[in-house]
Amino acid sequence: MIDSDDFVKALQDIGLDFFTGVPDTILGGIIADLTEKHLYTPAVREDEAVAMAAGAYLGGKVPAVLMQNSGLGNALNILESLNLIYQIPCILLVSWRGFEGKDAPEHLVMGQTMTQLLDTVKIPHRTLSAETVVDDLQWTAKTFMEKRIPLALLLKKGIVKTVQP
Amino acid sequence: MIGPEEGVMQSRAQAMGALLELITDQPLIICNGFPSREAQKLRDRDANFYMIGSMGATAAIGLGLALNRPEKTVVVFDGDGNVLMGMGTLATIGALKPKNLVHVVFDNEVYGTTGNQPTYSRVVSLDKIARAAGYVNVERVREREDIVYEFKDMLASDGPSFLLIKVNEQIEDADRVAVEPRGITERFKAAMVSE
Repeated sequence: MIDSDDFVKALQDIGLDFFTGVPDTILGGIIADLTEKHLYTPAVREDEAVAMAAGAYLGGKVPAVLMQNSGLGNALNILESLNLIYQIPCILLVSWRGFEGKDAPEHLVMGQTMTQLLDTVKIPHRTLSAETVVDDLQWTAKTFMEKRIPLALLLKKGIVKTVQP
Repeated sequence: MIGPEEGVMQSRAQAMGALLELITDQPLIICNGFPSREAQKLRDRDANFYMIGSMGATAAIGLGLALNRPEKTVVVFDGDGNVLMGMGTLATIGALKPKNLVHVVFDNEVYGTTGNQPTYSRVVSLDKIARAAGYVNVERVREREDIVYEFKDMLASDGPSFLLIKVNEQIEDADRVAVEPRGITERFKAAMVSE
């Protein structure tokens, strides 16, 4: 399992310097660490977080948005009608609730269809693992720089250490 | 507060024109629909960000910019429909209190770009909501001299500021935004570096 402090450092090492989002239990450790370092600005909705990240990018930052995968639904319009057409990139750190059907009922449909949804709306994605994290983050930086569009890093339960709710 | 107000109601383009004369090097984020088209016609500039889609997101884009560029006063031109759609952002701005954000709302009480369907701003006072949310300066105006006075004051004051301008439903004959979206991003980012 990756320590949240190490993960945040690795994100900073590839250039990320503005973090916003809406919490999820899987992301709790990362958010706690970002908050402790005064790097995290909470948003009230995922589409608002994406908009704040867009403003940060326009101001010269490299932004990340943390969200549960249910939040992808909230953020879908802005990702399509702002980020993709304006070539405003952001790194979406998306927790994969409902993975393999093992979660509360409200997460099951999105959990099953999320990667197809991302493919359909042309958002590149990769599923993070402890073994491939260096490579995953290199891919993240490269895709951000070359394509200038949103991309998603998917985080399953137990990959990055979290806090108890 | 609900009902006819005193004074002469301006069109949005008239009110916007008065504000654009006062803007110097401030970055400006403008909401989708006719407001962006009117701003382009009245005073196109590299530091105008025309948000042609993503309704509801105008103020949040301005907030993200303001938080990260504290040396610049960020101006947002918004509409009542946009504010109602992204109302949570009033709370985010009120809580974070960026000093360098001036949020202007042209309130015509309709979805003007789609055929004047009424919005709830006719009966819900957006300025009161902004005040309750924690904006530091909040004004509600409709006459030209008040619009100019309050905007000047807000540009020079610590915010966040919220200027609600009651305007009529008239729409300026203005073309669609001519710059391609990716071109809007490129020139805006360049203006943020050079200015």
